[in-house]
Amino acid sequence: MFNLKLYISLLATFAFLSIQAVGGGAAVLPEMERTLHGTFGLNDAEFVQAYGLGQLVPGPNMLMVIVLGYRIGGTIGALIAFVAFFLPVSLIVFFVTRYLRHLAASPWKSAVRDGLAPVTIGLMAAGVYAMGKAATTTWLTIAIAAAIFALMVRTKINPVLLVLACAIFGAFLLPRV
Amino acid sequence: MGQVHPASMKQETRVGLGQLFLKFLVIGSVSFGGGIIAYLQRMLVDEMHWLTKDQFLAALEVSQTLPGTNSANMSVIVGDVFCGPIGAVVAFLGMTLPGAILVFVLAVGSGAGRHNPIAHAALMGVTAGAVGILAAITFRTGKEQFVHFPDVLVVAVTFVGMSFLKIPLLVLVIVLGGIAVFLHRPRQAAKATDRV
Repeated sequence: MFNLKLYISLLATFAFLSIQAVGGGAAVLPEMERTLHGTFGLNDAEFVQAYGLGQLVPGPNMLMVIVLGYRIGGTIGALIAFVAFFLPVSLIVFFVTRYLRHLAASPWKSAVRDGLAPVTIGLMAAGVYAMGKAATTTWLTIAIAAAIFALMVRTKINPVLLVLACAIFGAFLLPRV
Repeated sequence: MGQVHPASMKQETRVGLGQLFLKFLVIGSVSFGGGIIAYLQRMLVDEMHWLTKDQFLAALEVSQTLPGTNSANMSVIVGDVFCGPIGAVVAFLGMTLPGAILVFVLAVGSGAGRHNPIAHAALMGVTAGAVGILAAITFRTGKEQFVHFPDVLVVAVTFVGMSFLKIPLLVLVIVLGGIAVFLHRPRQAAKATDRV
């Protein structure tokens, strides 16, 4: 089935989300979870799972949009999410660095970056809260999240290994529904 | 750094399209577990000497200031500097395609395996772990910040506005971002306000 309306909606949604990603992709996570839930009925836990799968692959973490696009609109949805999330912003970056050089030399550039940094942190914290609410609903899942947090902060273990460990731990110890 | 900005980077270093693609493809293939900016710096500055450290940091600053993911923005800027628009496309694709294909395979596989109880439990484990990872990244990024009072307040107001007041992100970014940028406004035009 070719659901044109869905694809256009996906395209618009991911493109709009991408240009709101201030200070990196992680800032847009809470808004993305909320929007995808509201617009496409995507399950919040599936959103968090997509973030987890995104951690397993090389490249930008926000390649997770491919998982989200796939869940919502299949293979075409995955492609649309990828293009919509990266192309418009890449064009903005391309034209700004090329044709608006004076902006790059402006002292306001640092002001924008430094000023947006705390907004980014606040948004990431909101992402942790939203994802935690959706994904850590039992003592065991809270324990997993807390253990991963501690290991990430205290050690230099590669997150890929941590996510794989979570998968193995989950397969053996989490209730099988 | 000051005057060093990406558009002024055109330099004697000649980089071929194939080489550009290959180098970004390597980064796109090996950068497991985040820290992709560090991979980029090692490759562009230390290994290939395509950019000086200052040029790299200048490009990074632009990448962080503009919307979007920092690493993808970097690939566009660096690709364009060396090989023009096609270079931008090539560098971007090199860096994103390996991960994009792999994550697509994971999406299909996890979608198909969802109804298997063991696979489902494993995915629940991944989901729980994901929360810990984002929490740690947030903590780390927050700690790196030079935190003084107005910044902490902006963090708190942003968090509450997003999580509890459900204010649309665009409104938050424009209003709070505007206030925060004003608080960080350049004090004296003549002074070198560009910090790294």
